[in-house]
Amino acid sequence: MLKVSNLVVNYGQSEALHGISFAAQRNEAVAIMGRNGMGKTTLFKSLMGVLPLRSGSVEVDGVEVGKDESYRRVAKGIAYVPQGRMIFPTLTVQENIETGLENARVKKVPEEIYALFPVLWDMRRRKGGNLSGGQQQQLAIARALVTEPKVLLLDEPTEGIQPSIIKDIAKALNEIRKIRQITIVVSEQVLSFAMDVADRLFVIEGGRLVHESARADTDEAHIKQFLSV
Amino acid sequence: MSFDEIYNITLMQGFAGLSLFAVLLLMGLGLAIIFGQMGVINMAHGEFMTIGAYTIFLLSTLTESYAPGLMQAYFPFAIVCAFIVAFIFGWLAEWALIRHLYKRPLDTLLATWGLSLAMQQAFRTLIGPKEVSPTLPDWLMGSWEVTEGLDIPINGMFVLALTLLVTGGVLLALYKSRWGLRVRATVANRAMANATGINTTRTDRVTFAIGCGIAGVAGAAFTTIGSTGPTSGSLYIVDAFLVVTFGGAASLWGTVVSAFGIAQTQSISEFFLSGSMAKVLTLLLIVTILMLRPQGLFASKVRR
Repeated sequence: MLKVSNLVVNYGQSEALHGISFAAQRNEAVAIMGRNGMGKTTLFKSLMGVLPLRSGSVEVDGVEVGKDESYRRVAKGIAYVPQGRMIFPTLTVQENIETGLENARVKKVPEEIYALFPVLWDMRRRKGGNLSGGQQQQLAIARALVTEPKVLLLDEPTEGIQPSIIKDIAKALNEIRKIRQITIVVSEQVLSFAMDVADRLFVIEGGRLVHESARADTDEAHIKQFLSV
Repeated sequence: MSFDEIYNITLMQGFAGLSLFAVLLLMGLGLAIIFGQMGVINMAHGEFMTIGAYTIFLLSTLTESYAPGLMQAYFPFAIVCAFIVAFIFGWLAEWALIRHLYKRPLDTLLATWGLSLAMQQAFRTLIGPKEVSPTLPDWLMGSWEVTEGLDIPINGMFVLALTLLVTGGVLLALYKSRWGLRVRATVANRAMANATGINTTRTDRVTFAIGCGIAGVAGAAFTTIGSTGPTSGSLYIVDAFLVVTFGGAASLWGTVVSAFGIAQTQSISEFFLSGSMAKVLTLLLIVTILMLRPQGLFASKVRR
């Protein structure tokens, strides 16, 4: 469903990603693990078109999107939940979700979204900026989901969120996969969350993928070594 | 002067202030949404107002020579045309000039200033340096005598009603329409709005054009209270910037309140002092208040 090959991204003259390749199937969840500064966010931003590619390609469902602006990629089936949530603080919760309905025929928030995140229904008239971190994270996921994505990208969804809510988010992601059969790519530093959500794990270090394993035969101690400073 | 006379004069000056308020508000509204959406300080905004005013003049002249029977009815139609013509020119200006300069705020300032000079010269060459006035329909003339010694001009009331209509329409569109949602999302976070599927480039162009269109309506309103020359718009641009800064750049309600405050202070003090002293007084008040509240009168309350 998502196929990334030889992705190279530069910040000015310095190369941040040195040729990243991976693929994720339909209804598969993939985790990209790595410490701070290893290129997780750069990878996600370039997949979404927030940062331009130097070279390489990104394919969604067989369609090349590597040269498109972000909004065209959304129309072609990628949705993005950025690091730090980036909800629109001045818009109400309901308006925040509605921004994702740009390509939808009916500009009304589907009920299943509120069924998935009941707290958003209670808060729908509040300003997004006045929600707690965990609620904002759910809002960012809801906003991404209403675009009817084939591939959902989540950049560090557990960052700065309390442990009980991390469990809820993992549950919600597994629920979404069960209903929609979409591909999920998530970047993480928390191994337990990744093990809850992902079928396959990659480790990114210094702008390269250095390790890959299926969940069943993941050696947690080995991955923890990569994550410790 | 008896107390009654002072009372009547204050009311009439206050009403004259309302006409100024109308033009300032329409100008400020356009500037505020353009600045809020894309951070462009549009120095040529006054010239889009002039375009609107000339559109009214053109239609009035055409109606007078080809269909004199329609003289009473052309005006509302001409206002719509003023909006459309200014909208089209705004669209073209964004497409040809401004979109290439989004990441360079100082350059947009210079470029739009250049555009403003070019447009003024174009008016001088194509239409003529002399000030012109459209022939207004009879129902806009005259005044309404409320009591003995108190006359409220009808054109003033018309301009005020038009302004309230346009302002209400803009606020409604911003908070209820899909366009408004796109604008507010882009203002909050441009990259993220793009990543939720919003075509921010097209939103920018439409917003710029709508801002210019509103300036065109301001020009239409202006024709009822003054005559139009090539530099008419540039006389209002500084005041319009004051309105936007004073009101708080992100807040449209702030724009409304500050346009009202500035126009009233200006107009009422103008009667009792000379024109330039009135200006000094207005500016002093604004500077003092901005020192106490640097974010402007209204700033939105959310945590960021």
